Amino acid sequence: MRSLGWLRLPLIGAFTFLYIPIAVLVVMSFNASKVPFVWTGFSTRWYGELASNDLIREGLINTLIVAVGATVLATILGTLIAIGVARYVRSSVLEAYSLAPAIIPDLVLAIGLLAFFSLVGVTLSLFSVLLAHVVFGMAFVAAVVIARLGQTDPSLEEASRDLGASAVATFIRVTLPSLGPAILAGALLVFTLSIDEFVVAFFTDGPSTPTLPIVIYSMVRFGVTPEINALATLLLLVSFTIVISAQRITRLTDAV
Amino acid sequence: MLTASRTSGRGAARRRALTAQAVFTGPGLIYITLFMSIPVLLVLVYSFFERGRFGGITWNFTLDNYARVLEPVYLNVFGDSLVIAGVTTIIALAIGYPTAYAIARLPTQWRSIALVMVVLPFWTNFLIRTYAWIVLLNSEGPINSSLVDLGVISAPIGMLYTPGAVIAGLTYAYLPLVILPVYASVERLDRQLLEAASNLGASRARVFLDVTLPLTLPGAMIGAIFVFVPSLGNFVVPELLGGGKTVMVGNLIRDQFLEARDWPFGAVLALLVIALLVFLFAMQAMIARRINGISRA
Amino acid sequence: MTSTTVDPGDAREILLSVSSVSKAYGPVRALDDVSLEIWRNEFFALLGPSGCGKTTLLRAIAGFEDLDGGSITIMSGEGPDAASDDLLALPPNKRPVNLMFQSYALFPHMSVRKNIAYGLEREGVARAEVAARVSEVLATVGLEDKASSRPAQLSGGQKQRVALARAIVKRPRLLLLDEPLSALDRKVRAEMQIELKRLQSEVGITFVVVTHDQEEAMSMADRIAVMDGGRVQQVADPVTLYGQPANVFVAGFIGSGTLIPGVIDGAGLRALGRHIPIADTRGLAGAAVLMLRPEQVRLVDSGEIALLDGEVVETHFYGGSSTTSIRVAGLDNPVIASQPGAPVHLVGERVGITWDSSSSVLLAVGP
Repeated sequence: MRSLGWLRLPLIGAFTFLYIPIAVLVVMSFNASKVPFVWTGFSTRWYGELASNDLIREGLINTLIVAVGATVLATILGTLIAIGVARYVRSSVLEAYSLAPAIIPDLVLAIGLLAFFSLVGVTLSLFSVLLAHVVFGMAFVAAVVIARLGQTDPSLEEASRDLGASAVATFIRVTLPSLGPAILAGALLVFTLSIDEFVVAFFTDGPSTPTLPIVIYSMVRFGVTPEINALATLLLLVSFTIVISAQRITRLTDAV
Repeated sequence: MLTASRTSGRGAARRRALTAQAVFTGPGLIYITLFMSIPVLLVLVYSFFERGRFGGITWNFTLDNYARVLEPVYLNVFGDSLVIAGVTTIIALAIGYPTAYAIARLPTQWRSIALVMVVLPFWTNFLIRTYAWIVLLNSEGPINSSLVDLGVISAPIGMLYTPGAVIAGLTYAYLPLVILPVYASVERLDRQLLEAASNLGASRARVFLDVTLPLTLPGAMIGAIFVFVPSLGNFVVPELLGGGKTVMVGNLIRDQFLEARDWPFGAVLALLVIALLVFLFAMQAMIARRINGISRA
Repeated sequence: MTSTTVDPGDAREILLSVSSVSKAYGPVRALDDVSLEIWRNEFFALLGPSGCGKTTLLRAIAGFEDLDGGSITIMSGEGPDAASDDLLALPPNKRPVNLMFQSYALFPHMSVRKNIAYGLEREGVARAEVAARVSEVLATVGLEDKASSRPAQLSGGQKQRVALARAIVKRPRLLLLDEPLSALDRKVRAEMQIELKRLQSEVGITFVVVTHDQEEAMSMADRIAVMDGGRVQQVADPVTLYGQPANVFVAGFIGSGTLIPGVIDGAGLRALGRHIPIADTRGLAGAAVLMLRPEQVRLVDSGEIALLDGEVVETHFYGGSSTTSIRVAGLDNPVIASQPGAPVHLVGERVGITWDSSSSVLLAVGP
């Protein structure tokens, strides 16, 4: 750190800026007082209140349904298209197209899907949210897998074919195993994205099946409450764990 | 006797290759086209038609929606949005560029930790991150309380529900997206170019101005786009931190689709955002090509 | 193509003096008490296998590596005004030494002209003079028509000439070149060797080239420092290095040949079970190694008087000359003999090996 000299200042400043709001939330969640900002003591009561909040529980279940379903579909589609782009078709236009859903502003995607669903006659529900999450989820999986394929040697697959394995066997025995960690990391990222995603869900969800972010949104609009602090802390914990796991997995990949 | 076999020979090989291509890219392509391209095209189409009575559209072709955009009310909103997004981008770059540069200079083992720590907040719930600022900036919140306790101010300042709060919230949301591309371009910088410049007589400041800055500009521009465009299209932050007093393009779009039910007009606004995105990307690509000396000549 | 041997009667001026320089990376001694002198206007080469320390020394002179110990001084001025400057006290951007990088390190976002002008602009040279000197050096390297091009549009050889021009235009006292020809393909390499020699004498700058290619060093340099394991093994002109290597390492690294280990025994070497007479044992005693260059070795038919004998295992014909490899009992590597024209003896033949004992060179064991 010493060699950075004056650069240490913006570095520490940036990290402080990024983490102080989070730290405040976490600290506040353990505040015994009902009145926020006045610290009366350590307490975990708000976590308890969370658990008994029906609306939140419902939101959580809905969110998990969407997240799990979207993750499965997005991982399959994303992996397939990534392999297609990196090994078979090799067109940069196709690659850009497969990554486009991640770049497009979420609001634009949201209204587009709203228009599309209503035109086609799909009733808004968790299913429509799931379909929406898959489209940008697969782009993230594709990005991770394409990057991994860029690092691995295509001649491994050619060698497998040369030694007599069929295309299917090569895919199962050579391609997939080396991609395993990347696919897993991509899946974890989609899962996290889906749990936290608000804008697209807001436009494509049905009124009676809110996802957790939508529940949070309506709660937050009313102001600061202690339960939200607790919920926020828990969600942060979940996200942190998932991201760090994904990072660990891809670093194990680097060693391969 | 040789018979042309359907499972061997050049024709069959080509068929197999095509099948493989179709199997792998087909499902994804269809899905993206169905759930991204067609919806976006739909938005384009809608912008040329009139609104329906209960939302949706009536199929009467018109360019009125585009004309409406030019009304002063909406131009003001655009102006405000561009200013707020612009200030956010500048602040994000001011914090993000030195941070990314510093991370690239860290010893290797610290670098990945630093990067993960930068990215971590980005992968958490966006609403929660914005909510954290409501907590922070609140008149009874920690910032105000500490300032009052320290005697710096006598009464809490109204920091929430101001454009400043919106800028703070937007910067907070998108800062990681600046740091990553800038870091990538600093990291890719050929160290020998820096040594060459130094060897030719350049001081450390000049090495930065003459070599580092121009060559990391493309990456910084990508970072800037990643902050600027999403900031424009964001409606959560202006609503929660701006208290509805700051109206940005994102809020407009959301209102047209969910409240006013004027989808065609909302479509026009959304298209403007996309057009801006495409334009900025094209400019970035052009400048990047000029800097790296790659030309079509 | 060897340059003329330096006449020791010439009073050569020393330009750069390296004294007892050391640098370690953890347990690895990249430079171990290295000392040498480089003369004004000479074409000097640092030669050695990778990891021998030559690049570290080069970078230390340029200012991109810090040394653990020792000093480097450079002479400035001429004759009575000559003064010795402590090079290490100067920051890298203030040293009168310019470096041509192996990868050329051309600024991709600047034109060829701007690349070359960059160093002069940093010195604060007036605009008009900058333009004049840049044009002049562009003509010298033959790239006038590429002045407005970008590095990405140039071929390997052209990029190298720009890198060279960029360094030369500043008229440094010393020009360091890091593996200048390694990135070029063979034909261009041969041309560039001639180019570099011509440029060096025309421009009158002292060149120090770092290379692992001994043929390159031998054909271009006036004097060569052979390095291995962070130490200088020998500093001499190419002819001396070839004919009178200081030790086994230099003998093996420079040129090709045969090394016969043995023990000094009176006026000769006891090796391979026999006594080999040697004219000049150079005061050595104990274990020693006899070096035979291929052109010294003569082959005679089996049965005639010879110093050694063996069986031919390989022959190679190069058009104007050929080499013959003979396996001799007791030697790990075959003895190599070269002769003009086609090989005389065929594979499988038994032959006798002889040479003029007054021209054979004896080497001490160990570096």
